[in-house]
Amino acid sequence: MLRSATSTLRRVAAVKAAPVQQVAVRSFSTTMASQNVSFGLSEDQLAIQELARKFTEDEIIPIAAHHDRTGEYPTELIRKAWELGLVNTHVPQKYGGLGLGVFDASLVSEELAYGCSGIQTAIEANGLAEAPLIVAANDFQLKKYLGRMTEEPLMAAYCVTEPGAGSDVAGLQTRAVKKGNKWVINGQKMWITNGGKANWFFVLAKTDANAKTGQAFTGFIVDGDSKGITVGRKEQNMGQRASDTRGITFEDVEVPEENVLGKVGQGFKIAMGAFDITRPLVAAGAVGLARRAMVEATKYAVDRKTMGKPIIEHQAVSFMIADMAIGIEAARQMVWKAGWLKDNGHRNTWEASIAKALASDVAVKSACDAVQVFGGAGFNTEYPVEKLYRDSKIFQIYEGTSQVQRLIIGKGVVDRVLA
Amino acid sequence: MSNLRILVATKRVIDYAVKIRVNAAGSAVETANVKHSMNPFDEIGTEQAIQIKEALAKSKTGTAEIVVVSCGPVKSQETLRTALAMGADRAIHVDSDEELQPLAVAKLLRAVVEKEKPDMVILGKQAIDDDSNQTGQMLAGLLNWPQATFASKVELGDKSMTVTREVDGGVETVKTPLPAILTTDLRLNVPRYASLPNIMKAKKKPLAKFTAADLGVDIKPRLQTLKIVEPAKRQGGKIVESVDDLVDKLKNEAKVL
Repeated sequence: MLRSATSTLRRVAAVKAAPVQQVAVRSFSTTMASQNVSFGLSEDQLAIQELARKFTEDEIIPIAAHHDRTGEYPTELIRKAWELGLVNTHVPQKYGGLGLGVFDASLVSEELAYGCSGIQTAIEANGLAEAPLIVAANDFQLKKYLGRMTEEPLMAAYCVTEPGAGSDVAGLQTRAVKKGNKWVINGQKMWITNGGKANWFFVLAKTDANAKTGQAFTGFIVDGDSKGITVGRKEQNMGQRASDTRGITFEDVEVPEENVLGKVGQGFKIAMGAFDITRPLVAAGAVGLARRAMVEATKYAVDRKTMGKPIIEHQAVSFMIADMAIGIEAARQMVWKAGWLKDNGHRNTWEASIAKALASDVAVKSACDAVQVFGGAGFNTEYPVEKLYRDSKIFQIYEGTSQVQRLIIGKGVVDRVLA
Repeated sequence: MSNLRILVATKRVIDYAVKIRVNAAGSAVETANVKHSMNPFDEIGTEQAIQIKEALAKSKTGTAEIVVVSCGPVKSQETLRTALAMGADRAIHVDSDEELQPLAVAKLLRAVVEKEKPDMVILGKQAIDDDSNQTGQMLAGLLNWPQATFASKVELGDKSMTVTREVDGGVETVKTPLPAILTTDLRLNVPRYASLPNIMKAKKKPLAKFTAADLGVDIKPRLQTLKIVEPAKRQGGKIVESVDDLVDKLKNEAKVL
């Protein structure tokens, strides 16, 4: 009697504790996003992945080390990728783009990052700048600023972070003041990817010093050749050195009223909304880097012999590689889930945060262990893994630090448990 | 104004980068779960057809319609989709699960040629799985058409083509009237990637299906494979002390003298 009572109690407790998310799937997905959950890829998705993989093998991998060493921007390579439709994948078909959903775009991001995450970041930054427009721009703005991205291989930049405010977006100091029918922007931005190459910027500026965070900021589209913009020097970073990162100064930069994104005061929401599209893709990049680390470590371990056998046969080594695989497979599934949710019209903020937090940790650990597998050679620039180690760290920092992700995830757990 | 119809033949083969192995039964190369792609020489053929079409459009001297065909099981349609994504206009799949040897393929292609009436047929010089180097030549024989094989350069003229061929002795230039058969060699061109927009457009392009029976062709194999073995593993070498020792070893161990 006692036993069955206890087990019944346990069953009831289990049902209460596990929140069941009823998700009604409605049919406004993009052309290719799957309605039902599938862990496999469609013929089209395989074709997209195959193109990105082949391009990476033939075009990115041979030149990645050169761009890492010199910091030279891969203009020619980006142009080739652009010609194949691998850049600006989100731009809707109406404006000359492919209108790929997040899921399909993540296939491209993972493959490009496998070749070089620095080059992939430079390409991804376009998507980051375009995302706020896709979220909130009107037809005039979409035609003017997204249309041009598909007519020429132009770059754009998402310009939010400042020297004094990264995670603390509410603490932004850049001001935008209305003067007549123009807005005047003054401030200093920092760590802006594609800063030196951008044809236009998405800029977040404070427009109401007295309002709460949710109403205090406005998003602007700013032409790169506007008077008053000073582009800083290219920063020398630890890794992803092919990518162009700079400080940008705005001194009395004039922006017409028609370049206000959405409504005045909506900027914070728009800037955060962009992350629902871009965080899964940055996570996909981390997965690509981790996969490269695993492949390089494995190839080395089956050849290199110590104590009479290939080192892959030493469990200490094969266990490191197994852990890489565990991380990669799990992180990729979170990327796919976050993408599928967004593409099918659901909120995906929580899942996107989990994907980004998990994938970035997997990337850093996998790259670190890959260097370990290579031993002394892993520390040397003639071998590919030291670059992966240097490139991996930023994944825990940009696009929302691992700490910010955990803030979001933790809050989301409370919401779900108490729902 | 010339309006050309170009028929391009393609084959789905094991990808060139794969390390192939003989299957457990010892009857054939293992194909299960192995990466396949379009025969590289057929990619070159598809690329050449597209370049001809683009040149005609650019010089405003004509138009070209590119029809791509593949004979094989249903997975051959992947190869056709790749060709459509590169820029071919429509595809024909000759569906067969049977083994298709070069003569059978040539007969099937002849039937397709009689349907489509192309001005030229482009094939790869050989497939990288069987390395036969026969289908193009046999097709020319069956159709009684001129052929230019191992092409490294092609120029179209008025109802003719001038082809530079790479042959054992060097390079040979031939001119043939159209319609004619062309087989591609490695240095003819560098095939383009299929861009993402074109991959998506390819889904809407027409793909027609026929069987060997529909075309009235006897595809029964004429050759029987008796055995397939991997090449013998390389043995280590030996150092010999004198010429006499070498001759003795060649005579008595290697048995080549």
